Amino acid sequence: MKSPANITPVLMPKWGLSMTKGLLSDWLVEEGTRISIGDEIMEVETDKIASAVEATDEGVLRRCVAVAGETYPVQALMGVLAAEEVGDADIDAFIDAYEVPQAEDDEDAETSQYEFVETSVGRIRYALRGDEGPVVVLIHGFGGDLDNWLFNIDALAEKTRVYAIDLPGHGQSIKQIEDPGLSGLANAVRAFMSTVEIDSAHLVGHSMGAAVAATVVSETPDLVQSLSLVSAAGLGVEINSAYIDGFVAAVSRRELKPVLLNLFADPSLVNRAMVDELLKYKRLDGVGDALTHLASNLFVDGRQKTILAEQISDLRTLVVWGSEDRVIPASHAINMKSAKVEVIEGAGHMVQMEKASRVNHLILAHILG
Amino acid sequence: MSNNTFPLSKEELLKAYRMMKTIREFEERLHVEFARGGIPGFVHLYAGEEATAVGIMMHLDDQDRIASTHRGHGHCIAKGVDVCEMMAEIYGKVTGACRGKGGSMHIADLSRGMMGANGILGAGSPLACGAALAAQKLGHKGIGMSFTGDGASNQGTFLESLNLAAIWNLPLVFVIENNGYAESTSVDYATAVDSYVDRASGFGLPGITVDGTDFFAVYEAAGEVIKRAREGGGPSLLECKMVRFFGHFEGDAQTYKAEGENEYNRANNDCLKIFRTRVTEAQVIADDEFDAIDTEVLALIDTAVEKAIAAPLPTAADLTSDVYINY
Amino acid sequence: MARNLSFKDAINEALDQEMSRDPTVIVMGEDIVGGTGSPGEADAWGGVLGVTKGLYAKHGDRLMDTPLSESAYIGAAVGAATCGLRPVAELMFLDFLGVCFDQIFNQAAKFRYMFGGKAETPVTIRAMVGGGFRAAAQHSQMLTPIITHIPGLKVVCASNAYDAKGLLIQSIRDNDPVIFCEHKNLYAHEVDVPEESYTIPFGEANIMRDGSDVTIVAYGLMVHRASEAAALLAGDGVECEVIDLRTLSPIDTETIIESVEKTGRLVCVDEANPRCSIAADVCATISQESFASLKAAPQMVTAPHSPVPFSPALEDLYIPGAGQIVDAVRKTLEA
Repeated sequence: MKSPANITPVLMPKWGLSMTKGLLSDWLVEEGTRISIGDEIMEVETDKIASAVEATDEGVLRRCVAVAGETYPVQALMGVLAAEEVGDADIDAFIDAYEVPQAEDDEDAETSQYEFVETSVGRIRYALRGDEGPVVVLIHGFGGDLDNWLFNIDALAEKTRVYAIDLPGHGQSIKQIEDPGLSGLANAVRAFMSTVEIDSAHLVGHSMGAAVAATVVSETPDLVQSLSLVSAAGLGVEINSAYIDGFVAAVSRRELKPVLLNLFADPSLVNRAMVDELLKYKRLDGVGDALTHLASNLFVDGRQKTILAEQISDLRTLVVWGSEDRVIPASHAINMKSAKVEVIEGAGHMVQMEKASRVNHLILAHILG
Repeated sequence: MSNNTFPLSKEELLKAYRMMKTIREFEERLHVEFARGGIPGFVHLYAGEEATAVGIMMHLDDQDRIASTHRGHGHCIAKGVDVCEMMAEIYGKVTGACRGKGGSMHIADLSRGMMGANGILGAGSPLACGAALAAQKLGHKGIGMSFTGDGASNQGTFLESLNLAAIWNLPLVFVIENNGYAESTSVDYATAVDSYVDRASGFGLPGITVDGTDFFAVYEAAGEVIKRAREGGGPSLLECKMVRFFGHFEGDAQTYKAEGENEYNRANNDCLKIFRTRVTEAQVIADDEFDAIDTEVLALIDTAVEKAIAAPLPTAADLTSDVYINY
Repeated sequence: MARNLSFKDAINEALDQEMSRDPTVIVMGEDIVGGTGSPGEADAWGGVLGVTKGLYAKHGDRLMDTPLSESAYIGAAVGAATCGLRPVAELMFLDFLGVCFDQIFNQAAKFRYMFGGKAETPVTIRAMVGGGFRAAAQHSQMLTPIITHIPGLKVVCASNAYDAKGLLIQSIRDNDPVIFCEHKNLYAHEVDVPEESYTIPFGEANIMRDGSDVTIVAYGLMVHRASEAAALLAGDGVECEVIDLRTLSPIDTETIIESVEKTGRLVCVDEANPRCSIAADVCATISQESFASLKAAPQMVTAPHSPVPFSPALEDLYIPGAGQIVDAVRKTLEA
């Protein structure tokens, strides 16, 4: 539905692939406030995560349509931005006429949100969004999965064709990791790319995934067009090994929750749904062994084993970090001399979730630039 | 010495005697110590029944599993459970076979294939079916064996087990130790069939009845049924008719027995005397060799009692340990 | 890969995966294959309600139909467990406990302790529990309190298919005797269940819903009734924390205490009869351990002290419903 030029809807966002609805926990701004792009305007909770919604448009928040405590479908009208001059009657008419788009939902329901493919390293789960444009592959970190990119994949898909994968040992990919180290995981990325016929791609990696992406560059540079490293492993020796060990060892909600608090600047993001999802993953057969072997190959005596900063200096690289990263210190960001570096205030290790709009903007600019 | 025409070598005969004598002296000593007030709880003595336990167990090894009764000391000793550990267990000491937590009625040693004496009559039969099933599924040549008294042979569990063993063709032997009394009740009253062979055939199993005080009769019959089980021929029932010298439990006044019955049995139905006489008359083993064993066995029992009395009791930490493997 | 799976199919899948993984796992019970020795088809039933259907085709004679002799075959499963097998025996209805209880509570439960820590009895006994099927007094009981009482047994009762699969796999891998209770009225209930094998530890309750006003503790079918009650109460601004025990022995008392320290109010819901029920057990424990946190007397919502009636009108009154739970919550708020 096309909006009149001077009225902009504020919609329930779609975070990741399986979200169909969200609970509006609270409005973070009042009617009448002037909003800028990136301002946090609502607090929304899904069955995966609770987070603030950042404004994607600017204007005056003329009306809060959605009520705190209620649940709304994705793309539901939450509020209305308009210039001060726009009359209330016009705004009312806009609200009355608004319909949640159905077509896209039906299409999504028919095609599966996640796909599986058999590669030479075993079954890999992935998500594909976007049609045209540069090919991007998103690689998550230690103990994570492709839903770590749930605030990023759709934004990136507007201008690129983006794949997000589950590495072996993670998510819903094969749990046995043939060679549980950076080379083995780099090999898995290559195996995936080959199976879905990607000749070369822009790699975006988070944490350990960044080190994996850097390893792909170091071993097979022809496969990579650009590199974006988010809160990256492999740029320095320091690592919060208590976090890694705690993550691997935790067998209950009580043990896991305090460990996960290390991932975010805002502790309220670690809700029950997140802890339960991770516990379900950790309890799958083979995960314990996979993570243990991986950790022993990546880290020794509380330090990172493999530093890749020098080996990838030829490639156009973006480095993004959260200033309050308690897993890998933000000071590593400047260790790649030739990279474009951005350290974002007020975000922790999961900066791509905590400051999604900014990170999406930086990555797109880097890929398209 | 004459030629040995027995189905066992001289060494085996000596071993059999030693085992029977050990059981006898173990039980006789318990009778004395119990009367002195030194033994907690209940004991049920096997004296008089030794030829059955030993005649059968001579054919078994550690891979064969037996489920015993409340009257289990004879089965334990014949299956190779350590005598000192048994005595300590009966005294409730932490050095006992079960750390003092089972007592006389629950002595077990799974490493010797002794699945436990059992305080619930008839409960061993299904368990022995399980042991035989495991042997069948795991593909080894071990068998299961269930010991049941004439009384417990009327329990549903026993009767169900006969059927289950038959339909699954389990490598299993059901031994009926018929000593004529279920506690105080005679088998003539409590059991409808005159011969347990009839009961076996009623359930589709072959059966044999032997004189349980005749070691050689037991040994031969047991050999036959055990071989059948091992070779995939399925389960059998072996009834051993015997006498028990003592009461159902120590403290039993035995007024249900006839006047002089125990004395008569000790004089005429003592399986050790019968064995010893037969073997010495055949001139295969001399009296002094048997006497030497007697002396050693008495010394062993003395040692077992001394050690048991001196051993420490379990502590409060043992009270709630080993309820589970992990909780 | 995750997909919606029913409670009964989740149990089937757990058995299938464990049998594939471990050759010492055998499954036995009445009609669990169905048709053994009969002229018709093998795997005729796959269990009286079809829970084990299809396993025979994959695993053959590691599945065994048994005659109608629970004492013998439950005892055989127990005995086999001490001799190197890992049997999963089905007691068709937990109501049949009486005919084989000795093998469970005097034998299996006590071996490890009586034999001084030397025995391992890795047997799992699956049994159907619960009402709502109009199956009447002898096929509908919730006898969980009786087995929970016995030291040496572990008792599991899942409320959903995801928990059922993980807890059954855990039960089979556990080396102690486990009674795995399956609520027959939940067999058709579907949730998202991973294809892969996974475990859920015993002694970990699950918080189904967060709340700060009242703690509702339940297990099995009653978790669903408690959730319904919580939704009704939320409409009135009362926020209930719903705790699913998942395992009754061991039981996660710590989670309940933490919750009651937050809410100060406790309602325990149990489909069992009231005397010596799980509800009574939890209320007593919390009264002792968290007395200072309580703002009101703990409330028990249970079936009445009667056998399970046949007539639908009566059975529907017998099984505790959301309405009764709401009433109990309101009682704690009046205090």
